[in-house]
Amino acid sequence: MSAHGLSGPGLRLDRLPRRRRMNHVMEALSWLSAAVAIAILGIVVWSVASKGWSELNLDLLTKAPIPFSLTNAPQGLANAFAGTLVIVGLATAMALPVGILVAVYLNEFAPASIRTGVGLALDVLAGVPAIVVGIFVYVLLVVHHGGQSALKGAFALAILMLPFIARATIEVLALVPNSLREASLGLGVPQWRTTLSIVLPRATGGIVTGTVLAVARVAGETAPLLFTSSIVGTQVHWGPTQALQTIPVAIFELSESPDPKDHARAWAAGFILLLFILFASLTARWLATRSARKLAGR
Amino acid sequence: MSAADLSAEPTRRPFTGRRVRFGDVSLQVVAGAAAFGATLLVGLIVWKVVEGSRLSLSTFGLGFITRAEWNPTVGHEVYGAGSFIFGTLLTSSLALLLATPLALGVALFLTELAPRVVQAPITALVETLAAVPSVLIGLWGIYVLGPTLRSQIEPWLHSAFGFIPLFGNPSSAGASVFTAVIVLAIMILPIVSSISRELFRGVPPELKEGALALGTTRWEMVRGVVFPYARGGIAAALILGLGRAMGEAIAVTQVIGGTPTIQWNLFASGDTLASKIAASYQGAPSNLFSSSLVYLGLILLVLSLLANITAQWIVRSVARKHGVTRGGRA
Amino acid sequence: MSITIEPTVRVETRRQPLPPRERLEPIFQVEALDAIYGSKPAIKGVSMEIYKNLVTAIIGPSGCGKSTYIRCFNRMNDLIPSFTQTGTIRYHGQDICASNIDPVAVRRNIGMVFQRPNPFPKSIYDNVAWGCRVLGMKDDLDARVERALTQAALWDEVKDRLKASGLSLSGGQQQRLCIARAIAVEPDVVLMDEPASALDPIATQAIEQLMLDLKSEYTFVIVTHNMQQAARVADMTAFFSISRGDEGQRFGELIEYDATTKIFTAPSDRRTEDYVTGRFG
Repeated sequence: MSAHGLSGPGLRLDRLPRRRRMNHVMEALSWLSAAVAIAILGIVVWSVASKGWSELNLDLLTKAPIPFSLTNAPQGLANAFAGTLVIVGLATAMALPVGILVAVYLNEFAPASIRTGVGLALDVLAGVPAIVVGIFVYVLLVVHHGGQSALKGAFALAILMLPFIARATIEVLALVPNSLREASLGLGVPQWRTTLSIVLPRATGGIVTGTVLAVARVAGETAPLLFTSSIVGTQVHWGPTQALQTIPVAIFELSESPDPKDHARAWAAGFILLLFILFASLTARWLATRSARKLAGR
Repeated sequence: MSAADLSAEPTRRPFTGRRVRFGDVSLQVVAGAAAFGATLLVGLIVWKVVEGSRLSLSTFGLGFITRAEWNPTVGHEVYGAGSFIFGTLLTSSLALLLATPLALGVALFLTELAPRVVQAPITALVETLAAVPSVLIGLWGIYVLGPTLRSQIEPWLHSAFGFIPLFGNPSSAGASVFTAVIVLAIMILPIVSSISRELFRGVPPELKEGALALGTTRWEMVRGVVFPYARGGIAAALILGLGRAMGEAIAVTQVIGGTPTIQWNLFASGDTLASKIAASYQGAPSNLFSSSLVYLGLILLVLSLLANITAQWIVRSVARKHGVTRGGRA
Repeated sequence: MSITIEPTVRVETRRQPLPPRERLEPIFQVEALDAIYGSKPAIKGVSMEIYKNLVTAIIGPSGCGKSTYIRCFNRMNDLIPSFTQTGTIRYHGQDICASNIDPVAVRRNIGMVFQRPNPFPKSIYDNVAWGCRVLGMKDDLDARVERALTQAALWDEVKDRLKASGLSLSGGQQQRLCIARAIAVEPDVVLMDEPASALDPIATQAIEQLMLDLKSEYTFVIVTHNMQQAARVADMTAFFSISRGDEGQRFGELIEYDATTKIFTAPSDRRTEDYVTGRFG
């Protein structure tokens, strides 16, 4: 199909063919950019999946690592899986209540000036590099204070999670219609009760979504744990007062090792980590659309 | 029912008395404390990082920032951030240069060209790229991207453009600044793209119609109306992307090789502030070493705070100009 | 049957009387135009001729498809994904609705002014000059800008502050800026979609005077919900109304199209008469 410019008395074409060509070129480049972006995602995911899939076995989850592969006995990353569960769980337990409280304060109590101020602080906090957060917790809690532990690592992760959870909660609290608050207050229910029993439960969907997204974000974080929970043993431990191995740190260490068997385990663990994160992100997205529909429908 | 009952005063909770409920106050105080604490956290971070670098600060002072030496030999310890700052600035700015046209292209595609059906899935895919953990991108970078670049792209670029100092001799090790730049570009692409997409979507349709009605092509309309309208926000997005690139430690340290020198050859190995810190986590030989490491972290913190605060300031002043309020706040 | 109608529309006009039909030159020939959004028809079966260097008004109650109709002339409906149309609009003999015609070329010659003023976030000068630059009319830009702003009756008010932002003008001035912007690229036709509905009476009057002064150079097609405005400025008036189809769906239809004086004083169709005498609409 050749589109052609109109010709006729008094009608000019004004370099139209050249301008049209430029438009086509730019449109093509735009399509190309989208294709490249998706291709990159595809390549990375494909690499992790194909290399990790072939190395997947149950030993990964059940066996402890053997330092320097001294023997040929089957080994795995059981300690890292356990440690990740503990540390991410602790981090969520720390960040969730604080994040919700911050959001409640900003949305229900704070005057506009404080809202902008704290909001700005949260945005700036979200921009602090993860490695610097690790250094911060290192100076604050590790050096001179008894060394590494899972709790301290969890604290570092919690700092990373806080802005996410707070922001998600603020947005969903703002969506709760004011008429609901007014109805409750009109009945004589005090504000604190209204907030805790009426407003927050209504916002649960959004809070869960924000938390799942925050978990997906920190489950793969390596940098803050390097200085807070990386000097670990090989056995599976669950106690939070000692440093525990985590999947991302394990992958990091294995990736730098010269032994190709270590690389194989790194890909396999990476595959599981990626699956978890993609699953969590998809779940969060599905939850978000579902709760948006509910809030709009009611 | 006796007459006495009817005349009795019905029990009633007094309206007078405590106006301020204990529950309200305590919720407000607790929540306020949380908000206050969160606000102070950034300040606390700065304070503690300064404190941790005090030994190195007092030993080397501000000269640390420009000195390009990093020598942990006992007895001759000299540390300086110069080569790392150079590496950070070089890799981040090149990554931004690479990622920006791609990110803007994706954003334009999603807002102007993509059929409606395809918009949501492709948006989700691009955002999924942001969800991939940096350690996995680094792993991929070491064993997939790096070797490919080393065996195919770098020699070609060197032979074709070797007269530019950037494209010098490819190193034999496979680790290179070039790989780190590509890895960083991949990591900041989603951020710049999603912010730009929101900005482009926010351009009022009547402005775009007004331009098209004059007989301009879609691209001319984008160049003349969409870009100028979104200009401020895009600047903020770029600066945020730059900050993110500067702060990336794990993926960079996995692929860059850890050679602290100031030189322009992209195909040789190098180092950045964040990657040096991450590479040195396994125990420090001396207090001065760890303190200098924290000093590196302090410089990195200052750089990323600068980037972040500048971006936030731009966002807020642009939002004011266009008369919108951020987020879901009423 | 003689019809006496009280002329409820009594209006002063500086409009010249219409030239005799033989001397009118058609610029658009619309044949059996249907416009459909998804599955809902907006207008059906419109056929009419629009004449060069006249002001043609499209009037009718809200929802009768006037805006949709006028946007067919410069292919602006292409921007709406669910839109389709059948029928032809011939412009200088070529069907501009055909799929092999580039809308960019159509809009180059057929300009549009919108209901709400939508100046670009640029300076006053650049608002007018941008279109010229992009379309390749770069010679003598200053003179072009001045001419367009003069024709739009805005030059005297802005000549000392051409660098000021276009958004710093009042509503009426912004709309005249949009008119200047449209005529700076020298179109043949200027379509106006209720150009004065967002403006005060004084600004409205300025725009109406504009059309009368400029119609010797351009052809104007204006959609208006204000009958008095049509009576004041239009040479020809087309009356659209809402009809009901067999399945009960509502769509817009051209009821009557004639010289303005005839439409307002002696309409042929009962529905036109009802509308212009205010009995409905």
